[in-house]
Amino acid sequence: MNDEILYDLKSISKSFVKGKEQVTVFDGLNMSIKQGDFLAIMGPSGSGKTTLLNMLGGVDQPTGGEVWFDGNRVDTLSENGLAQWRANNIGFIFQFYNLMPMLNAARNIELPLLLTNLSKAQRKKSVATALELVELSDRAKHMPNELSGGQQQRVAIARAIISDPKLLLCDEPTGDLDRHTADEILQMLQLLNEKFGKTIVMVTHDPRAAEFAKRTLHLDKGEFVEKDLAA
Amino acid sequence: MTSIFSQIWAVVAMNIRSLPRRLWMSLAAVFAVTVVVAVLLSFLSMARGFSQTLEGAGSESTAIITRSGSRSELNSSMSNETVKILSTAPGIARDANDNPIYSAELYVIVDGIKRTSKTEANIPMRGISPVGFDLRENVEIIEGRLFTTGRNEIIVGAGVLREFEGFEIGKELRFGNTEWTVVGVFSTGGSAFESELWTDARTVQTQFRRGSSYQTMRVLLETPGDVSGMVELVENDPRLNLDVETEAAFFAEQGEALSYIVIVGWVISFLMALGALAGALNTMYTSVSSRAAEIATLRALGFSNTSAFVGTLVESVLLSLIGGAIGAFLSYIFMDGISTSTLGASFTQVVFTFSLTSDLFINGVWLALIIGVVGGFFPAWQAARLPVMVAFRQGN
Repeated sequence: MNDEILYDLKSISKSFVKGKEQVTVFDGLNMSIKQGDFLAIMGPSGSGKTTLLNMLGGVDQPTGGEVWFDGNRVDTLSENGLAQWRANNIGFIFQFYNLMPMLNAARNIELPLLLTNLSKAQRKKSVATALELVELSDRAKHMPNELSGGQQQRVAIARAIISDPKLLLCDEPTGDLDRHTADEILQMLQLLNEKFGKTIVMVTHDPRAAEFAKRTLHLDKGEFVEKDLAA
Repeated sequence: MTSIFSQIWAVVAMNIRSLPRRLWMSLAAVFAVTVVVAVLLSFLSMARGFSQTLEGAGSESTAIITRSGSRSELNSSMSNETVKILSTAPGIARDANDNPIYSAELYVIVDGIKRTSKTEANIPMRGISPVGFDLRENVEIIEGRLFTTGRNEIIVGAGVLREFEGFEIGKELRFGNTEWTVVGVFSTGGSAFESELWTDARTVQTQFRRGSSYQTMRVLLETPGDVSGMVELVENDPRLNLDVETEAAFFAEQGEALSYIVIVGWVISFLMALGALAGALNTMYTSVSSRAAEIATLRALGFSNTSAFVGTLVESVLLSLIGGAIGAFLSYIFMDGISTSTLGASFTQVVFTFSLTSDLFINGVWLALIIGVVGGFFPAWQAARLPVMVAFRQGN
């Protein structure tokens, strides 16, 4: 991890109307994420961790404050501008993998590259490299329903890193996996962080999963309580 | 810019690949459009066949003279004297001996038994002058020979032979108190004349007690389409209370009698199209709903909402076009070329063939396209507005 700030959230507020009530999730939240960080976010249900992850991924907008990513303000981007920004900078890893059931592993991994101008041959080469990295070269042609949960999540990881994003956002990445498989996935994330320098933010309920991160932030009622596990 | 097309193409391909998951719903949408297009094209091909039959009968080179206001040959009548006066009118073509070329004709109704329903129906029997045969375009004897003047002989149109029983060559037929013999079959290339029986005009006058009167008169024009000389003659002679028009115009008017087929076809198809539209909307909303997590995931990966919109719209249009193509194909297989007969303007049967022409196909394709676009637009809009957060809430 270096000292360069990748993500900077300044005085973020977020509220929404539920029924007749105004619900405030964040009120003046500040947060910085450095390049190469591996951050776990934990907290009880309703603490705002999913909302935070959505905002970090540019799929939800704050109602106040500023969001800066790599020196650029992103909370003012249009919807399609955000989509383009996500394509260039963010890799998502979901709890339920979110693979396209009608595409085989290789095709799933290739999806983000369809947003680039890479040739078919270049895309194929990148997919092969990603498959190798997640140790699924022999499963390239398998459909998602022919893969185990752990294998599907590895395909999802390959899809998340294929376009070389700066930040990986993981939403309960091991929530649907057994302990052994979960550890494999977490080790893989660790490898991506340590060896390939990927910045990772992981939302999890699981304290054991959080142990794989460099630091853990506890979120409660929209506020952070930091415990530096790596120190 | 290149990536927007690859995005759209990728989304379209994924939607199509996922169709088996929504097989029955998609098939129902396809079926609804199939029925709508098949019904529309059936009506249109019927109307087209009927109008082609009548239009094919009419020539610009021939003028037809009927009693004013009679609207059909059956209701018309004219004396021999009238025929003589008219034959002197300017604008009538003349033969090598400088005689005007015309055919004074009689038009009576006889009974025939339809092959399909075994019911009686009216068939027109036309008495023509010897030159009358040459006044029709594309006419030829395809079997047997021409009738002999002065004898109870008839030739039958190919349509009559096809649709009615007992008109084969050599058959003896009784019309009124007289026996007639079929001596030939003629064709006029599918026009309305093929729905008639032809014989000698003077024989009809005798056997049907018409004295020396006729019903209509056909003349060959010097200049095709120019009936002005005859019209002038008729207008300036108070004895003549007649309508003069080209045969083409006359039959076009007769064809309008059944133009309601087209209107009925469109009205029924429109009402059915509303049903198909509801089906398409339902199918596509279900499609968007079942693909919500996939659409949101693609949006999270950076796919634009345009690709989500177009992908859904293309799926809808594709299903509709498949339905339209099947409907058009079924119409073509089951309707095109079907020969039938219906009551024409003279209360006689006009034998015609359903005709599914390429421009009618285009009508069917347009209808399918409209159902697809309208039925897909709103669900596609929903797909494009789907919150990306859905990707985090739903599992596959």
